[in-house]
Amino acid sequence: MNITELTVHELQEKLKNKELTITQINEAYIKQIKEKEPEVQAFITDLTEAAINQSKEIQARLDNGEELGNLAGIPIGIKDNICTKGVKTTCASKMLENFVAPYDATVMNKVNAEEMISLGKLNMDEFAMGSSTENSYFKKTKNPWDLSRVPGGSSGGSAAAVAANMLPWALGTDTGGSIRQPASLCGIVGLKPTYGLVSRYGVVAYASSLDQVGVLTKDVQDCAMLLNVIAGYDEMDSTSVDVGEKDYTQALQKDIKGLKIGVPKEFYGEGINEEVKVSLETAIAKYKEMGAEVEEFSLDIAQYALAAYYIIACAEASSNLGRYDGIRYTYRSPEAQTLKDVFKKSRSEAFGSEVKRRIILGTYVLSSGYYDAYYKKAQQVRTLVMNEFSKAFEKYDVLITPVSPTTAFKIGEKSTNPMEMYLADICTVSINVAGLPGMSIPCGIDSQGLPIGMQLIGKKFSEETLIKAAYAYEQETNFREKYKPTFKGGVQ
Amino acid sequence: MQVSKEEILHIADLAELELEENEIENYIVNLQDILNFANIVNNAPVEGVNITIGASESKNVFRKDEKKVFDNIEGLLQNAPEQDRHMFKIPKVLN
Repeated sequence: MNITELTVHELQEKLKNKELTITQINEAYIKQIKEKEPEVQAFITDLTEAAINQSKEIQARLDNGEELGNLAGIPIGIKDNICTKGVKTTCASKMLENFVAPYDATVMNKVNAEEMISLGKLNMDEFAMGSSTENSYFKKTKNPWDLSRVPGGSSGGSAAAVAANMLPWALGTDTGGSIRQPASLCGIVGLKPTYGLVSRYGVVAYASSLDQVGVLTKDVQDCAMLLNVIAGYDEMDSTSVDVGEKDYTQALQKDIKGLKIGVPKEFYGEGINEEVKVSLETAIAKYKEMGAEVEEFSLDIAQYALAAYYIIACAEASSNLGRYDGIRYTYRSPEAQTLKDVFKKSRSEAFGSEVKRRIILGTYVLSSGYYDAYYKKAQQVRTLVMNEFSKAFEKYDVLITPVSPTTAFKIGEKSTNPMEMYLADICTVSINVAGLPGMSIPCGIDSQGLPIGMQLIGKKFSEETLIKAAYAYEQETNFREKYKPTFKGGVQ
Repeated sequence: MQVSKEEILHIADLAELELEENEIENYIVNLQDILNFANIVNNAPVEGVNITIGASESKNVFRKDEKKVFDNIEGLLQNAPEQDRHMFKIPKVLN
């Protein structure tokens, strides 16, 4: 038995049957990290040393007959923009290289309450700005399916670590596709919940009206289990919504007869790779075969939503990142003499080029003379996007689109042309603009052996419907058993 | 959409950023590219459509204005590049 290939619900089964212990599980993951991390480079902060003692302590309590929760001792990894008390939270930025959060994010409190063991903080694009994890100040994470390619981003460290079996699951954040796109490129399951379902308290803000914490897992059942942990109302986040207690694992059902699926044809247009299209068509045919009612329809908002997304996200970023002033958050330029120097030199030296680019764009669209032409228009487009989705959900339960126009691209391939990188977010951003839940599940493999993902979109707070649709498909197709990352293409 | 050097320097100044000479040209090109694309929003059918400021329903969230003690002041201040007697320290402002 290869422990690290198991899902969390499979690990729980083995624990229950006394085939495995918590210490064995953690040791297996730590060994896998030692073996694979030099190639994959998914971790910013390694917490495996502390994890050994934590796992022994939990095992000892279990051996003493203590009743613990059924996730106690299960390893997890955390994207490095989620605050962890006493452990560095860098956002993959020079600005926060030595930042240690003075408190835990609400989602961390929830993870800690389950006594899960964090094996590390995971790499990402600096301040979650990017779609390839190449914008990290520290390292470039590699895709376990082909080490010469990107894992996607910005939660690239989370996705690569789970795909490489260095973690059973991980937390990520998604502002414009940052969970779904890396999950797709790494062949795993990723869920961006409805805006407001999961608390953002203690999550370093990029674009507050779009950011949402979510999960990256090996399969749909684990996805439902981890969502159970992190979802819930939090008075510390004024945008948190109280939808009551839910058990998302109740939605793990195979029968989807009569499920109404809408296929927005504009999401399959120009720029979407042919192999991706074919794979999606096959998946949609599978849904029909399983008894779903599928209909193609027109939802012509993707281009508008993408433009509005970059305007709104950058505007909010320029405001949110104003707090990095060289006074409160670790980095101050050694050259700074005056207070103005402290601001300007610290920011100029410690922000990477993509972060500066977005701050400049955001400042521009908010500046006098351009506010009405860009920012206000983008906010109107946002209403339009929401209205169009609402109309679609009067007819359909779930919408199916590609996640990414292509499979994983080569490291360096798009990093010199920011616009090209932005355009690749076309399928994912409108979901954030509208605040909807979106899920990415693997649906095929291209001719180069790279995974292809499918996006399921639901109306607000319909995570159960997405989980059900995803679970039914997954049980029918068994992607995980057919395909595994090969770690090919490493540096010779 | 044309962006001038003066404009980009003004924007950088508003954002408290100092740009190197070689960055300026680059950011002008990037900004023009992005703005040309983003201009699409001006063709969107949004006549008379209200603006949306957030993804969830906008309502005020009130709470009692009660004092809460933050229990980890040390942890907060340890991130300051310079601190003195439980205060953030900055260079002298007045001469």
